[in-house]
Amino acid sequence: MSEDFDKGMFGVSGTGDTSGYGGLVRQQVNAGSSQRPYGSYFDDVADELERAYPEFSDAIERVIVDRGELTLHVKREKLVEVALVLRDKLLFEVCLGVNGVHYPEDKGRELHAVYPLLSMTNNRRIRLEVSVPDGDAHIPSLVEVWAGNNWHERETYDMFGIIFDGHPALTRILMPDDWPGHPQRKDYPLGGIPVEYIGATVPAPDERRSYR
Amino acid sequence: MSTFASSRETTEGRIYSVTGGDWDEVAREIGSAKEERVIVNMGPQHPSTHGVLRLMLELEGETITELRCGIGYLHTGIEKNTEFRTWTQGVTFVTRMDYLSPLFNETAYCLAVEKLLNITNEVPERASVIRVLMMELNRISSHMVALGTGALELGAMAPMFFAFRERERVLDIFEMVSGLRMNMAYVRPGGVAQDLPSDALSKIRELVKDLRKNFKDNETLLVGNTIWMKRTKDVGYLDLAGCITLGVTGPVLRAAGMPWDLRKTEPYCGYEDYKFDVITADTCDVYGRFLIRMQEFEQSLRIIEQACDKLEKLEGAPVMVADKKIAWPAQLALGGDGLGNSLEHIRQIMGTSMEALIHHFKIVTEGFRVPAGQVYVPIESPRGELGAYLVSDGGTRPYRVHFRTPSFSNLQATSAMCEGSLIADIVGAVASIDPVMGDVDR
Repeated sequence: MSEDFDKGMFGVSGTGDTSGYGGLVRQQVNAGSSQRPYGSYFDDVADELERAYPEFSDAIERVIVDRGELTLHVKREKLVEVALVLRDKLLFEVCLGVNGVHYPEDKGRELHAVYPLLSMTNNRRIRLEVSVPDGDAHIPSLVEVWAGNNWHERETYDMFGIIFDGHPALTRILMPDDWPGHPQRKDYPLGGIPVEYIGATVPAPDERRSYR
Repeated sequence: MSTFASSRETTEGRIYSVTGGDWDEVAREIGSAKEERVIVNMGPQHPSTHGVLRLMLELEGETITELRCGIGYLHTGIEKNTEFRTWTQGVTFVTRMDYLSPLFNETAYCLAVEKLLNITNEVPERASVIRVLMMELNRISSHMVALGTGALELGAMAPMFFAFRERERVLDIFEMVSGLRMNMAYVRPGGVAQDLPSDALSKIRELVKDLRKNFKDNETLLVGNTIWMKRTKDVGYLDLAGCITLGVTGPVLRAAGMPWDLRKTEPYCGYEDYKFDVITADTCDVYGRFLIRMQEFEQSLRIIEQACDKLEKLEGAPVMVADKKIAWPAQLALGGDGLGNSLEHIRQIMGTSMEALIHHFKIVTEGFRVPAGQVYVPIESPRGELGAYLVSDGGTRPYRVHFRTPSFSNLQATSAMCEGSLIADIVGAVASIDPVMGDVDR
């Protein structure tokens, strides 16, 4: 395809700054760690977890309280242990699944898996976050702890390529079985795939001529 | 010569392709095979699977020994798409996920954006009350589809007619308020797209009166009906422990006896100020879930009445945050062809104020910026916990949008509900989960 016209039918590229004087600076999402007191019931959760799980300081890399939500960054080797303690001792009975986020700039921890937890007994919510490098995207599966994570882990594998070790059948769930790539990663283009008909191929949406 | 399409041998056994025709002949031919075990593909274009859901069944006679769901036929990449649009445009995408309850998708998304912006408390009260009013109307229309299609799939035609008759009335209200019957993108970050039209409240009050009367049609048809009970009682059994471990929420959880409703446990949009009851049942079956939905109509009507009272007191109050850096600049007006820019607003920005024009252009094309961080906001949709997980990197577009949708999580329970039961009971069990495939696949 020749390069002498604008391409891309979808959305904006770059910052979307129309004046050129916006001065937009991208910020790091997971910067820093919070200091006590965390506020709300978060101190109680942290205390109870420390009591119930002596290896707390070794397993929890960071504790972040932001916008009224508590995030515990857990080392992946300790994830299952922490999850079991949270479920059995702190009564976080429900895991609302897992989803991924891809931070290509966060070198060595490009892929994050985020688990929102809910304790119906105490009406509390916290979030677990596990980060792994792109080249070694393995996280232990939590299906044994919360059976409902089964499909969620399959979706996260499908969309981000995170491999959940110990999952009973880690296959693609939303995309076709033979799909190449993991669509929600930041290096995967929007559009990207040509539309194929018998005898004709329409270029991928991001390759088509733009009339902007 | 058989009327179904064909059969052929493979290494896995004989495969029969059925494209219609007389099932007796298929059954006869399968019956003559040596193999006892039959694997049936139900869907993705089966009329009783609520859209494009594919069920893979392993049968011994008519008993299901194993069931697996195949999903993804309606995956449209909504989460990916929103990363390429402004925060406000995101509403237009997420409203299309659960197409039977678009206002819940919009509200969950907007509450999450507002939490990221730290403006949750600055959203005007009138906007919150309108959101509640619209959501409860939507809960009725969504439950109506669950009830109507569920009954239709079990062979009852009249409940579907009654249910869609009422749903139509609710959609008329949506059309009057937002210009659209579904996918209306009416709830926006900071408030709602525009105020209610002047005659809306009287029309809604009239509707409430009619609905309360008309619900009785379906009630008298189905509640206690012997045939209906036989198809639904003790079918699709899932107890509390099963619900909790599978992360099942909504009417299915409440039918297992758990009074869990986020409107009560973690109120949002001011739900703590409304009087209503959480309906439960203890039967853990399809009939219990059906009864819960039937009774939730009345609770929604109660909330709608209270919302109307509040709105009368809040007449003329703003419906969008005061901060002009966030509020959508256009003043919309409802014309004969739907919702659009009001002519007055266009006259003002084009004719009188260059600064207003620049501001309009900047915020519409570039959008507003949202401070970096991540939030998870859950709300109680008609199907259970709908959670919006948003990540911002400080830009004018979302860094990551993920929806924890109730249909996706609840549909996982199909295997637990159906394995060991008869093939005919799948239809009732799936209908009682009320999955919307747009919500499952996103």
